[in-house]
Amino acid sequence: MALLKITSPHVHGTNSTSRVMAKVALACAPGIMALTLWFGFGSLCNIILCIGFCLSFEAIALKLRQRDVRFFLSDFSAVVTALLLGIALPPFAPWWLIAIGSFFSIVVAKQLYGGLGFNPFNPAMVGYVVLLISFPVEMTTWLPAMANSQGLGTIEGLAQVFAGHAFTSLDAYTGATPLDIVKQNSSAVLSDLYQQQSVFKNSHFAGTGWEWVNLAFLGGGIYLLWRKIFTWHAPISMLGTLAVLSALFYDGGSSSSPGSPLLHLFSGGTMLGAFFIVTDPVTSAVSNKGRVVYGIGIGALVFVIRAWGNYPDAIAFSVLLMNFAAPFIDYYTQPRTYGHVKKPGKPSQK
Amino acid sequence: MRQIWDIPGGIHPPENKTQSTGDAIANIPLPAEIVLPLNQHIGAPAIPCVAVGDKVLKGQVVAEAQGLVSAPIHASTSGTISAIEQRFIPHPSGMMSDCIVITPDGEDQWTTLHPVPDYKALDHAELVALIRQAGIAGMGGAGFPTAVKLNPRADRKVHTLILNGTECEPYITADDMLMRERADEVVAGTLLLAHILGTPETILIGIEDNKPEAIAAMQAAVDKHAQQSRGIAIDVVSFPTKYPSGGEKQLIQILTGKEVPSGQIPATIGIVVQNVGTAVATYRAVTFGEPLVSRITTVVGETLKQQRNIEVLIGTPVDHVLTLHGYQAEKKSRLIIGGPMMGFTVEHTNIPVVKTTNCILVPSNEEIPPTQPAQACIRCGMCAEACPANLLPQQLFWYSQAEDTEKLEQHNLFDCIECGACSYVCPSNIPLVQYYRASKGTIRQQELAKKQSDRARQRFEFRQERIAKAEAEKEAKRLARKKAAEEAKKKLAAQAGNEPEKNAATSSAAGSTTPVPKTPEQASTGATDTNQLPKLERALSSAKSREERAQQQLAEAKANGEDARIEPLSARLKQAELKVKEAEEKLKAYQQGENLPSSAVPEKLQQKLSLSPRQKAEKNIETLQKRIATAEEKLAEAEQANASTTDALRQGVEKLNQKLAEAQRELEATAEDGITAEKGAAAVDAPTMSAAEIAIAKAQAKAAAQASMSDDEKNQAQIASLQKRLDKARERLAKAEAENNDNIDAFRIGVEKLEAKLAEAQQPQTTP
Repeated sequence: MALLKITSPHVHGTNSTSRVMAKVALACAPGIMALTLWFGFGSLCNIILCIGFCLSFEAIALKLRQRDVRFFLSDFSAVVTALLLGIALPPFAPWWLIAIGSFFSIVVAKQLYGGLGFNPFNPAMVGYVVLLISFPVEMTTWLPAMANSQGLGTIEGLAQVFAGHAFTSLDAYTGATPLDIVKQNSSAVLSDLYQQQSVFKNSHFAGTGWEWVNLAFLGGGIYLLWRKIFTWHAPISMLGTLAVLSALFYDGGSSSSPGSPLLHLFSGGTMLGAFFIVTDPVTSAVSNKGRVVYGIGIGALVFVIRAWGNYPDAIAFSVLLMNFAAPFIDYYTQPRTYGHVKKPGKPSQK
Repeated sequence: MRQIWDIPGGIHPPENKTQSTGDAIANIPLPAEIVLPLNQHIGAPAIPCVAVGDKVLKGQVVAEAQGLVSAPIHASTSGTISAIEQRFIPHPSGMMSDCIVITPDGEDQWTTLHPVPDYKALDHAELVALIRQAGIAGMGGAGFPTAVKLNPRADRKVHTLILNGTECEPYITADDMLMRERADEVVAGTLLLAHILGTPETILIGIEDNKPEAIAAMQAAVDKHAQQSRGIAIDVVSFPTKYPSGGEKQLIQILTGKEVPSGQIPATIGIVVQNVGTAVATYRAVTFGEPLVSRITTVVGETLKQQRNIEVLIGTPVDHVLTLHGYQAEKKSRLIIGGPMMGFTVEHTNIPVVKTTNCILVPSNEEIPPTQPAQACIRCGMCAEACPANLLPQQLFWYSQAEDTEKLEQHNLFDCIECGACSYVCPSNIPLVQYYRASKGTIRQQELAKKQSDRARQRFEFRQERIAKAEAEKEAKRLARKKAAEEAKKKLAAQAGNEPEKNAATSSAAGSTTPVPKTPEQASTGATDTNQLPKLERALSSAKSREERAQQQLAEAKANGEDARIEPLSARLKQAELKVKEAEEKLKAYQQGENLPSSAVPEKLQQKLSLSPRQKAEKNIETLQKRIATAEEKLAEAEQANASTTDALRQGVEKLNQKLAEAQRELEATAEDGITAEKGAAAVDAPTMSAAEIAIAKAQAKAAAQASMSDDEKNQAQIASLQKRLDKARERLAKAEAENNDNIDAFRIGVEKLEAKLAEAQQPQTTP
């Protein structure tokens, strides 16, 4: 350290990792508010539990790895992971589900790989996918929008979370998401679906509640772009690809249509994914060009899985698949260095 | 308005330039002593040419440049040399180095200067020499000798001269103030530099737009120059402030849109960049004959009561400067030489200002707080956004930690200019530049180690080969001698029987032996075979003198405590001892052979001549290989000592190798027609004789003639040949003396020996 002290540069910008993480957390706020407004305090409940579990797991793992617990907790990266996982889970998820998800996110996907910066996969998405595959029922029971106002009270909600009542008394409240409905459309054309299904009845373009949640996350994303937390390359190329593909395959609303571009852009986890998950710097490609390729890959995968796959939404799978590809993308998209004619890292050099 | 380009990346740190631009450039009183480090520039350190106690005048050379890339050092005031010793110098490692210390006499009296008011009267070489003698080294911070930069290779036409007035580092305002106050001198310097570089078509002065006063002053000076219409257009170009625009490569990109190819200098693309301070120093050096004895330095930082620019004598101790500016040591966080982005901290204040010191920065703790501990890299990519060289700092950091040198080089680590922009923006506070510096150092060291081990291996292999060859040769010689001795004994026995018959037999043998293919060398070896003794004696004496010299050198090295030299010297001594032993053995062996009756000599020759072509060729190859081995050994030695003869030796080795190949071809040829040659030996036609064959025939004839000569005739012939040899040897000695050759001793001994022999031979033949 004595040597490090004396080296240039001696001045430092005001930026810091914890500040970056705090800004990301702040940018999540509108989205969380929209979720709470439309789906009840279930998401808030998730988030609080997630933060508790994630921080505990992180602290234990750091302790076991003999690291300075306080120093590493203060980078807030575990909080951001917890936020994203909590938002992604269906509201009022049972506590054990959250615990398992947090464990896989923090311990398996992050700390076992060496902690922040060394994880090849997005921790929140690893936790989410583990839960989605292991507990499909719990993971796909979303409440319909406005459930809160229709009377899922605090007591019932907490009972659901902690006592594992598993919606026995709440069956009435469970409902399909817009993407579910479009996927399992029972051979109805889209315009019929829009009229029959309650999700679309009062909505403008992408399902009651969902469109507002997505708009809120879009707002948060624009804030982060403005604060230069990340560059536009990955999110815009992902959204662009998704829009282009869904427009290409949108046939005006037949029964086999995968849905309109607006539906795809503003439903499900699209905006959350584009601005809060695809932009995770640790697991994405590093150069701007690489991030464009990375974003395009995610956008394409999301649409392919949504349209022809088994799952109604596909942000988590697509992100994880492209995490695999990131080092490969890096290898081929190294920028041209000053004074070099050929791009470095090309196979010809080997 | 000229077109300007943008550079990728870059940052906007707080400029902090106003606190030092309030006052004009000031002068400060003389310090108690002046400390002049011998290496203030890039390249070889200067060599002192004064002794302790000498009186020197301001501007007098106190240390001379050593080699091409170097610069002389001048006394920056008049006074007495009080010491030449190790002192702390401004260096990141805090090391000490040789310095000349002057105690000023307070007169500050200049030595006689040689001004050149009209530089156009001088030619290019004279001007470059003047600048070189003035000791000017790049004043922007790097310290590259200016004269070298002004002397580009003849095939590279410089079409653009750029004057760097960017000064993008925060805090530093030395160039800014220089341009504001001495714009005319900057323009004059620019014109001078342009003249030296053959008047490039484009001459630009690049200044960041945060220096409006400097831009205005420069523009006014340029306009004034234009009114005098000297036909050379200078453009003052301002461009947006961004760190690090002032980097040479970055400035070129901003002003011309071109990039300097990786690992090359700007002259490759016809561009030369000089700092504005350097231009002024050059102008003063030529026009007024003033060498570089002072520079403008920014003295800044919140621990000082007064912050400003000063014109300070090179060698002024930093603590003297700080004291004069009201330095409060208790408030400082660190002492930085240079700017906050690329400068380095030093531990002591008792270091001198040198030619490259553009800023002394002593910030308080609030101004530049201590660095925070580094957090994990989250690969956010902000560093890549800030990098002006378009590198991927986060990847470089990753590979640097992993010590993956291959990947580092693949990611162009060596194109990093160490500007520090990546470290500045890093949210995790990672000292990225430090990692890159460490990795660069490691890679350089690895390369050096590899080179050294390669050379060591080569030398070892040579040695093994040489030893094996020497052994084989010795064995062969021993066998040959044994055989010769036996034959001689036989002959002796036969001779005792019938003397006249033998003579007849010899001559008939000489006549009837078919001349066989033989290379000239072998022929000459055959011919000079009789002169073996003096040769061996010479070899012995030269080996002895070499041994003595080696001993002497070793003793010297030990006495001077030059540890590095002891090892190679003792190795050389051992080698010399071995050679002496070898030579002695050879001589002894020969003298034993010599004791044989004189008739054995032609006999030996005869025997040699009667060897089959194949044997001869083989022998030829053997000698050639031997010679190659010695030649290679010599070459290796020369390379190690970096001698000027390396090239000649290398050529010699190549020639020998060629000869060897030839001889081997011949061997193959003889192997084929050897049988036929043996069968029809007598029938070989004269026209097919090669030059070599003729030589052999001659040698044979000579041997035969010698055998049949009377003693008197023999003697005369010997005297004649000795005289010839003596003449030749003298000539060689004279040449060696003229060239101060290493082998003088050996030559001298040879001449003495020959003289003694000649005297002996010339004695009247009374005794035999």
